[in-house]
Amino acid sequence: MSTAEVTRNVNTPACPADSADKASLPLTIFEKSSPGRHGVATPSTDVPDVDPASVLPKSAVRAEVAELPEVGELDVQRHYTHLSTLNFSIANAFYPLGSCTMKYNPLVNEKVCALPGFAALHPMQTDDQAQGMLELYWRLEHLLCEVSGLDAVSIHPTAGAHGELTALMVMRKYLDDHGQAERKVILIPDSAHGTNPASCTMAGFTTRELKSDARGRVDMEALDNVLGADVAGLMITNPSTLGLFEPNIKRICDKIHEVGGLVYMDGANMNAILGRTRPGDFGVDVMHFNLHKTFSQPHGGGGPGAGPIAVTEALAPYLPVPKVEKDGDRFRIVRCSEKSIGTTRGFLGNSGVVVRAYSYIRSLGERGLLRVSENAVLNANYLRIKLQDSYRVWVNETCMHEFVATAKGLPNDIKATDIAKRLIDYGIHPPTIYFPLIVPEALMIEPTETESKETLDKFVAAMKAIRAECDTAPETLKHAPHSRSIGRPDEVKAVKEPRITYEGDNKSR
Amino acid sequence: MSNPSDLKYTESHEWVRIDGETATIGITAHAAASLSDLVFLELPDVGDTVSSGDSFGEIESVKAVSDLKSPVNGEVTGSNHALEDDLKVINADPYGDGWLIKVTTSEIPGGLMDVSAYEQHVAAEA
Repeated sequence: MSTAEVTRNVNTPACPADSADKASLPLTIFEKSSPGRHGVATPSTDVPDVDPASVLPKSAVRAEVAELPEVGELDVQRHYTHLSTLNFSIANAFYPLGSCTMKYNPLVNEKVCALPGFAALHPMQTDDQAQGMLELYWRLEHLLCEVSGLDAVSIHPTAGAHGELTALMVMRKYLDDHGQAERKVILIPDSAHGTNPASCTMAGFTTRELKSDARGRVDMEALDNVLGADVAGLMITNPSTLGLFEPNIKRICDKIHEVGGLVYMDGANMNAILGRTRPGDFGVDVMHFNLHKTFSQPHGGGGPGAGPIAVTEALAPYLPVPKVEKDGDRFRIVRCSEKSIGTTRGFLGNSGVVVRAYSYIRSLGERGLLRVSENAVLNANYLRIKLQDSYRVWVNETCMHEFVATAKGLPNDIKATDIAKRLIDYGIHPPTIYFPLIVPEALMIEPTETESKETLDKFVAAMKAIRAECDTAPETLKHAPHSRSIGRPDEVKAVKEPRITYEGDNKSR
Repeated sequence: MSNPSDLKYTESHEWVRIDGETATIGITAHAAASLSDLVFLELPDVGDTVSSGDSFGEIESVKAVSDLKSPVNGEVTGSNHALEDDLKVINADPYGDGWLIKVTTSEIPGGLMDVSAYEQHVAAEA
């Protein structure tokens, strides 16, 4: 299958193939400015002018008029509409970004979220004026308790890593409160998300790495060797970042509990086990959810998100405030709690995300959630089997919602980056690459449950075509993508010398 | 790039050159190539102490952040801070100008690999 053919088949509105014209780099809105041009004509003022310097402190008054773009409304409309076409989202095409669960976000969630009673609510309104929203929080907490098999939930944290930090602070306070202040070590498998050790350090713990065995699971012997009286807990992702369920999870949790530690589960991969098994049932004491992954939200731009945490009864008193409580048939916000770690986020977090998650869960229901995990796992295994002859799958056994292949050993020194960049020419978002770190040249593929067999087949065709190009057209891969205005930016320079502000005429490029 | 035979190697891809009581430490050509384009390096200062198996700094590439693990116990007597402005030297000359730190040490811990054991280790990881 040729690139053009694949590109045409993959239903993307803006995906020029190799031969098509490249989209040109857009000018900034400032460069479209024309002196004196306005978007709207305002009527002349019928109140006297006030000199700002006479009513504002000196520090608040500009010495020079601000340099703002002078453009018409149509210029603005076209500018931002054009920028939006340069973006790639799940609404454009397939987005198999491993560990990110880029599933389709049902529009009913948007409709519910936009109801004026939710969308127009101000965080300073009284409890009496926000009963609907508070009830929704309370109900979502109970749904998450049910899904996790744990006893209490805080919807407070606003991202996965924020959930990690909050949960670790809860663990710290619980341990301190029980005379276990000397326990400072958190065990973390070498396949973990990078946020795990970072969160531990921020919460005042030190970390000890836990080796994976040859099948990508926790090495039970290595676990025995690192257990001790200084262990505060284990932070484990299950299914792991290799997309594998940890079959020894119950034994692992028991071992941690035997030495007096707590088990934290990173719930980033809950999509694979939703309704099938519950972390609380296999021994987890505390976990976080990524509402924006598992329960569908537009995500991938840095927010807003939600990373609620669920805990056992023993840890519940330490959860953050404010939280919603039911008092008779009324709901109220509790702002103080004796043992709570306190507040880690203003108000009640990102409420729009919370409303969407509630809408998602209620619209799918119990059976629908079961089918989510069922199809997520089925789709990933379908791709794994279809691609295993073209790309080496690192641990090639039945996977959960994602699997990790490697570009190592491909002919002509083709790297994971080259495969990823070439996929862009085929109109497909690249998978996650170079993660998890224990797999060299990793390609981490997560199709999610919302993709059809036809879409998966087109991805397989593109991946096979690219595999053939490794032999026949390696230079095409090494310089891909060929269809975009920006192909391979200088990532080192972008990190070292980022230019993120407009610096005036002729300096913006 | 061939790995020098007069060095000792760690499983985490550091090398150490022992010269009397001075140990010079760097990362291997394999490690530098795997990390690819480097963006950030954090090294200890002269006078700091390092412990065998513990992190003495970190190195970041466009792909990943990795801990630098010390092969030996001792006190830092030299730190190649000049690299922080020109990280390409680590890729170009990992066993020469790309050295990271020098440490005074009185004992050589067991468990370090010679060049053939290290090359087998790299092959086994693939």
